[in-house]
Amino acid sequence: MSKIINKEILSDKVVKIEIEAPRIAQKRKAGHFVIVKIGEKGERIPLTISQADESKGTITLIVQKVGVSSHKLCDLAVGDEVSSVVGPLGQSTHVENVGTVLCAGGGVGIAPLLPIVEAMKEAGNKVISVLAGRSQEFIILEDEIRKASDEVIIMTDDGTYGNKGLVTEGMEEVIQREKVNLAVTIGPAVMMKFCSILTKKYNIPTVASLNTVMVDGSGMCGACRITVDGETKFVCVDGPEFDAHQIDFDEMLMRLRAYKDEEADAYQSFMNNK
Amino acid sequence: MEIMKEDTTYLQELRKIAWREELRKSIPAKERTAKERVSMPSQDPIIRSTNSDEVNTGLMSELAIGEAQRCLDCVNPTCIDGCPVNINIPSFIKHIEKSDFLGAAKVLKETSALPAVCGRVCPQEVQCEATCFYTVKLKKAPVAIGHLERFAADFERESGSVSVPKIASDNGYKIAIIGSGPAGLSAAGDLAKMGCDVTVFEALHEIGGVLKYGIPEFRLPNSVVDVEINSLKQMGVKFFTNFVVGSTASIQDLRDEGFDAFFVSSGAGLPNFMGIPGENYSGIMSSNEYLTRVNLMKAAHADYDTPVYIGKNVAVIGGGNTAMDSVRTAKRLGAERSMIIYRRSMDEMPARVEEIEHAVEEGIEFMCLNNPIEYFANENGHVSKVRVQKMELGEPDASGRRRPVPIENSEYELDVDLVVVSVGVSPNPLIPKSLPELEMTRWGTIVVDEDTMQAKNVPDVFAGGDIVRGGATVILAMGDGRKAAQGILNYVQSKK
Ligand SMILES: Cc1cc2nc3c(=O)[nH]c(=O)nc-3n(C[C@H](O)[C@H](O)[C@H](O)COP(=O)(O)OP(=O)(O)OC[C@H]3O[C@@H](n4cnc5c(N)ncnc54)[C@H](O)[C@@H]3O)c2cc1C
Ligand SMILES: Cc1cc2nc3c(=O)[nH]c(=O)nc-3n(C[C@H](O)[C@H](O)[C@H](O)COP(=O)(O)OP(=O)(O)OC[C@H]3O[C@@H](n4cnc5c(N)ncnc54)[C@H](O)[C@@H]3O)c2cc1C
Ligand code: SF4
Ligand code: SF4
Ligand code: FES
Repeated sequence: MSKIINKEILSDKVVKIEIEAPRIAQKRKAGHFVIVKIGEKGERIPLTISQADESKGTITLIVQKVGVSSHKLCDLAVGDEVSSVVGPLGQSTHVENVGTVLCAGGGVGIAPLLPIVEAMKEAGNKVISVLAGRSQEFIILEDEIRKASDEVIIMTDDGTYGNKGLVTEGMEEVIQREKVNLAVTIGPAVMMKFCSILTKKYNIPTVASLNTVMVDGSGMCGACRITVDGETKFVCVDGPEFDAHQIDFDEMLMRLRAYKDEEADAYQSFMNNK
Repeated sequence: MEIMKEDTTYLQELRKIAWREELRKSIPAKERTAKERVSMPSQDPIIRSTNSDEVNTGLMSELAIGEAQRCLDCVNPTCIDGCPVNINIPSFIKHIEKSDFLGAAKVLKETSALPAVCGRVCPQEVQCEATCFYTVKLKKAPVAIGHLERFAADFERESGSVSVPKIASDNGYKIAIIGSGPAGLSAAGDLAKMGCDVTVFEALHEIGGVLKYGIPEFRLPNSVVDVEINSLKQMGVKFFTNFVVGSTASIQDLRDEGFDAFFVSSGAGLPNFMGIPGENYSGIMSSNEYLTRVNLMKAAHADYDTPVYIGKNVAVIGGGNTAMDSVRTAKRLGAERSMIIYRRSMDEMPARVEEIEHAVEEGIEFMCLNNPIEYFANENGHVSKVRVQKMELGEPDASGRRRPVPIENSEYELDVDLVVVSVGVSPNPLIPKSLPELEMTRWGTIVVDEDTMQAKNVPDVFAGGDIVRGGATVILAMGDGRKAAQGILNYVQSKK
């Protein structure tokens, strides 16, 4: 059991929560995630550790409501307990000073992008962040990202905020104007696929952080498997970050759809019963 | 096997106790051997394949006593040689014969931490029952040792008078157990009895390892395992769930926190895949994923949040216990066709014989001497067909089993919408990765001293169960746990 000691509503869809987890706070590095389970009947969902306060013994998660489990977590109040929090899991981000890092986050990917942006900045890189979403309401954490970036470009599909266009258009503008040494992309699989195609064209090393379906998060089930450079890898233990140019995104896209119908039905009935 | 000289004399002395002598004489041996082996009452196959209740319903007292009468209380009880932990089999069976069921349970508990589990899941036909006098000399059906073991353990549990073992006074040693499967639980029990301060760390949110997330309810109810876990708690064993040793804390962190020794029982949790084309389509998953979703996350219950794909035409690849559990689970979740695809013949299947028989009764289709070679998907990337090649048996390989050889031009396709890949597991690499100085085999198992279970190069680390043996059995894991407990005690005492 881990107690929620702080909660901040960042937007309609996004909540920041601080949870007691002293051991995890001590061990975590940028890129690590935890698996959280809410209630006896809850599902195990992976969430990136956004920040940690070692002295307070807490970790901060930024959660976007997309389905039943993320919704349940966002509905918890300060003082409530999260049944399970396990971690830190996965490999941490490889952080070094490479020069200029272009960080692209789309929708659900902006939350896990934040700690990477912060770590890259702290390592002395020039960080340019491109945040993208369908419309204004999907651009989350703008202030936090701004704090850790030298420049922020906002792209929305419908032009309700920032520039109208896709994330790749924002990235390409930067790439054409200055030397980019490393790109990082986190978001829906399609988005990462197109970011990867773009940076490959310009020969920019690129890291993608993958958000596959997970169950245990410790290498036991294979639910999170993907193909990287022709080899099967488990995102929870070998990742979540991989060389984007080697990832079979089409396969990943297909696997992400596995439980779409079940999830949609569950979400519908959850919202109806609320 | 491992019986020491003293042990045999001990057995003989117990056998000479008056009540045993009397009991032996009460029924002539001829009469005993003339009896038929008891058959385990079970739910009707049609009914049970739609529910998740236990298949075997257990012996009633009269049946158990009747079966116990078959046992000849042999001078040289060869059955014991077949049991990896050398349970005093005639002693517990004779207690049953004289209706002292709690006494029988006590005998079992001297050696086994989880008799209710072993009575249910041990492959008795290749262990204790294979070396029973009936099998070896009389060429008759062996005494139903497993059924009787389960009976005695269940009787004790249901009587509500489960005895909590005596605990030696606190010896000041602090021991960490990594992983809460049968190896870890049995080591925890023994170490607690010896007076150690024992903490079990478990990565998942539930205690029990494969007993909880793998073996289904219809074969091993969780409540049976929970009783054993509760008795460990009463003995003072502490449990930390959601704690991955190697990530949440390293072994060095735990040393710094005062732990004197470690028992690594982290199992062989890494699922193997075959690496054939199309294996990553959705609808194809490892048996670990399938069984974890259903058993641990209770995915088939509408009020639980975890989903699981409910297949109509389900193919399970493999022939072990895990494959049987998966295919029978699929049947229970409503599959129209539940098929085993196995590359050798029925005779080579490593699953327990009883499980294979139960599966046949439940209408599972066995496609033996068949091997999948490719999967195809529909327009959504969901598996729709498997291409299968027929096999024949060739010369025996290193393991002594006849090697399956593909038959050319024998391929055909089957419609499937759920495939569960159950072709073995590899050792969990987390601990070895965090302790690079550990000596490992090339299969990723930890090398230990056979008698003490102590790891090479890292004296305060001991290991046992599947992380040492690869995928093995519950009873072997438990035996390792007990050996390691003794090894650990000797080690910590020698150090101070
Ligand atoms: C390593 C890792 C780190 C993550 N970090 C964060 C984080 O810091 N903050 C955060 O909010 N989320 C994060 N996620 C995603 C998060 O785990 C999912 O949003 C969550 O599991 C959804 O559960 P649910 O029951 O609410 O929704 P579900 O019912 O599972 O899904 C609802 C809908 O959302 C879609 N969906 C689900 N997950 C994703 C996803 N990962 N990407 C795109 N679409 C998805 C589904 O296809 C479905 O249509 C991370 C995922 C991984 C693997
Ligand atoms: C489906 C299935 C059916 C089976 N049926 C039978 C049967 O009928 N009869 C039989 O005898 N055997 C059977 N087996 C085999 C038997 O279950 C195993 O041999 C036995 O469970 C091994 O015990 P163990 O204690 O070594 O490991 P496990 O039971 O695998 O337990 C290991 C535990 O360690 C935890 N862990 C791993 N790494 C860490 C870490 N770093 N930190 C903390 N915790 C960690 C894991 O989460 C797990 O809970 C079956 C196995 C399966 C999968
Ligand atoms: S523990 Fe297993 S092998 Fe030993 S006597 Fe019991 S059933 Fe037989
Ligand atoms: S060998 Fe068979 S008959 Fe003899 S003591 Fe053992 S169980 Fe009884
Ligand atoms: S989530 Fe189970 S192996 Fe990665």
